Amino acid sequence: MDPKIVEPTIFELSSHGRIGVTMPASDVPETALPPKDLLRSDLPLPELAEVDVVRHYMHLSKFNYSVDSGFYPLGSCTMKYNPKINEDTCRLPGFLFTHPLQPIETVQGNLALMYQLQEWLKEIAGFAGVTLQPAAGAHGEFTGVLMMRAYHKSRGDHKRMKMLIPDAAHGTNPASVGMLGMSVVTIPSDERGNVDLKALEAACDDTVVGMMLTNPNTLGMFDENIEKVIALVHKCGGLMYGDGANLNALLGIVRPGDLGFDVMHFNLHKTFAVPHGGGGPGVGPVGVAAHLVDFLPEPLVGILEEGEDDGETAPLFGYVKPAKTIGRMKAFNGHFGGGFVRSFTYIAMHGPDGLKDIAQYAVLNANYLQARLRSTYHIPYDRICMHEFVAEGRFEGSDVRALDIAKRLMDYNFHPPTNYFPLIVPEALMIEPTETENKDTLDAFADALIKIAEEAKSQPELLHNAPHITPFGRMDEVKAARELVLCCWLPEGYDTSA
Amino acid sequence: MTYIPISPHERDDMLKTVGVKSLDGLFEAIPAKHRFPKLDLPQALTEMEAYAELSEIANSNENVRGDLVSFLGAGMYNHYIPAVIDHMLRRGEFYTAYTPYQPEISQGTLQAIFEYQSLMSALTGMEVSNASHYDGATATAEAVNLAYAQFRGKRKRVLMSPSVHPQYRAVVRTYTQGMELETAGDDESNISLSPEAFANQVDENTCLVIVQYPDFFGRVNDYTKLIKASHAKGALVCVVANPTALAMFKTPGEMGADIVVGDGQPLGIPMWYGGPSVGFFTTRKSYVHKMAGRLIGETVDARGQRSYVLTLTSREQHIKRERATSNICTNQGLLALASAIYLSVLGKSGLKQVANLCYQKAHYAASELNKIKGYKVSSETFFHEFVLECPMPAAEVNAHLLEHAMLGGYDLGQDYPSRVNHLLIAVTEMNSKQDIDDLVAVLSEVSHGS
Repeated sequence: MDPKIVEPTIFELSSHGRIGVTMPASDVPETALPPKDLLRSDLPLPELAEVDVVRHYMHLSKFNYSVDSGFYPLGSCTMKYNPKINEDTCRLPGFLFTHPLQPIETVQGNLALMYQLQEWLKEIAGFAGVTLQPAAGAHGEFTGVLMMRAYHKSRGDHKRMKMLIPDAAHGTNPASVGMLGMSVVTIPSDERGNVDLKALEAACDDTVVGMMLTNPNTLGMFDENIEKVIALVHKCGGLMYGDGANLNALLGIVRPGDLGFDVMHFNLHKTFAVPHGGGGPGVGPVGVAAHLVDFLPEPLVGILEEGEDDGETAPLFGYVKPAKTIGRMKAFNGHFGGGFVRSFTYIAMHGPDGLKDIAQYAVLNANYLQARLRSTYHIPYDRICMHEFVAEGRFEGSDVRALDIAKRLMDYNFHPPTNYFPLIVPEALMIEPTETENKDTLDAFADALIKIAEEAKSQPELLHNAPHITPFGRMDEVKAARELVLCCWLPEGYDTSA
Repeated sequence: MTYIPISPHERDDMLKTVGVKSLDGLFEAIPAKHRFPKLDLPQALTEMEAYAELSEIANSNENVRGDLVSFLGAGMYNHYIPAVIDHMLRRGEFYTAYTPYQPEISQGTLQAIFEYQSLMSALTGMEVSNASHYDGATATAEAVNLAYAQFRGKRKRVLMSPSVHPQYRAVVRTYTQGMELETAGDDESNISLSPEAFANQVDENTCLVIVQYPDFFGRVNDYTKLIKASHAKGALVCVVANPTALAMFKTPGEMGADIVVGDGQPLGIPMWYGGPSVGFFTTRKSYVHKMAGRLIGETVDARGQRSYVLTLTSREQHIKRERATSNICTNQGLLALASAIYLSVLGKSGLKQVANLCYQKAHYAASELNKIKGYKVSSETFFHEFVLECPMPAAEVNAHLLEHAMLGGYDLGQDYPSRVNHLLIAVTEMNSKQDIDDLVAVLSEVSHGS
């Protein structure tokens, strides 16, 4: 039986001869096209009117759950509310319509903004240098690991090929290391959710590049021995990498640079309110301590000529190349418009006290939810958490799994928490409420989870078959992977001639 | 100003439930001597003040929609963006959603990106597209990762044409520094080689050949023979393509390319001082398991409805960890969506019109500039960008043009020392005949030594 079509594809909606946009006629004398054998003979793109296009994307948008529509407690993703003003500032014509290769004299505003954002991120996290270039957290990690490698090599220290990574880490950590042909040594966590110091000490030797640590970690725990961990890594000559995925918990609370981290990436799309966009763009600047500043990617934004103290002559901003740079991480300047401008606006509107409020309320909200759920769900690492915590989505004597609970939450109009991560907690439900949720929402969410726990006992089938009220039910993922239908085309017989 | 929706009495109730006396009491795990640093940042602005400050910063730039007339391209192009695109992007359901890990409540993103994959396959003439990479440069570097993995690291040479974008080549070099890979071929002396002659440098140790279409100098070459010769040596070929040009010219797919990548910025994305844009990545079905990045496939749900999911996720970092070919997890979701809407609303006729306008106006500009004494445009086939040889350093020409509120073009001497007098000029549908005539008039003055 053919599947039921809820919304046709853009190709199925096409009708020969329909026009969406008409461009102006040419105002120059005509030049003949190149010979036919260089031209394409068909152009199988759809043909629709503007209203067809608008209705199609409006229909699609209604199938999405989003922060603007409701609570999105996706652990480690910091799905906070994205202020609307950022959408307006990043679309100012002076930002939208400037070319990255324009002479610097014509884009001093852009360069000043980038310079200021570098300075602010340095101050917020306690680093000596920041690159804004990396396009996402994973890209920032790769940048950081490249710098760590270059640092050791520049000192003639060639045998360091081992990266220490806790078992609770995001998959991007080992993958970044794998891209450089280094090996990974996994360090276990102890019973309080901290790095196991004995295991760490045993792994530390003169082949260690460094350690990649998320702190607070993916259990939502701030490592109680952080200074000892960093001292052990430094003692063997390794560098300390901080995965800044969870920085939201630390704004104005503690600066990773002060703790001794040598490198850290920021996720502007988590901590500094760049919207997640349905999977990107991310923005992943990297901060470094003084001994790594020379290795930053090129170019950075710097001051080429100092301004005058009278305040009438502004400094001249431009590009500078670090002395031992690892090179360029992407074309042009990084995610300027969609990233830097939004985060600049956000930081400017918070100031030092506002940033601290963010962390305090993110941590309060997580602890409040943890307290409300503690008697219903097993919390394997149960102490004061930071911005998130991990519960087990399973009950004794029941075959209900974390996945079932996640899907059932959709029937209560909530986005599920992250599930099955971190890997060290069975049936993990990783819950990050963020600071932008009110008490009523948190209570309603806790009530729903408590009710679902009752349903798990009384009507487990209700959970196994969930969700029920969403426009779509559970997907056949095996079929997708087996049949690999990765694109659609215009209907057979459609005139595609160019 | 903050966005925290909790009142003081609610806060106190919550603290009581948690069993902590004050907000500061939540942070005892943090070493006391580093706790609560005083941040040296400016005091908070209200929304009204922030908007004014950001407006002032933006206004201090000279933009290409009013302040300056631009002939600058070199990888990022000033195209018209129909209004409908941003209206759709501003739907909170699209831009405030996360990666579609929960397909039951993410079908909007999933179907839209599935359609993006389809549109990019159609445009490039390839069988498969992923959900996108960060930009054209990183997509090119991911092509190297694919080729390196395809030969299990046994072929250790990447041959890059010198007429691939200099920044893309730089990114490939950054990405591969831990891989024991040799990058070769991009010596300046190879710029004037025909593709067939360049193909002679492919050897049995080469895993990937990278060429650009149209190339960085704007030239349109048929790579069919180069691809055939590279395949004869067992190497894969990656073509870095401009998507607007693909509306007019033979597709790299038709030429036999294994991988076609590029930057999707010309497809409805503002230049935004360099980003974010979207890197498209298309290939043949046989390489799909080696391809990095997210991938969306069609399936059915439990109610028999056609639907879409992230598929082949076992290739990715969260499953494979250090054995993954790439650490990428995000794509450029919102910008892939912008490209899909652009291609949908322009459609076949609109995109052809854009390509034709670019072609016509660029050729008019080239022919007029070629008439000026001391200036020369090469006669090779091009699309909307071409090299103008000037009677003096391009930097001087640009400085003069800037005095007339014109961005002249890209000074090729910055990357190619033998070409200090060469300007790379881009012309799009945004340039009127008057703009072009003004450019010609100013350059005529420069040639007369004014």
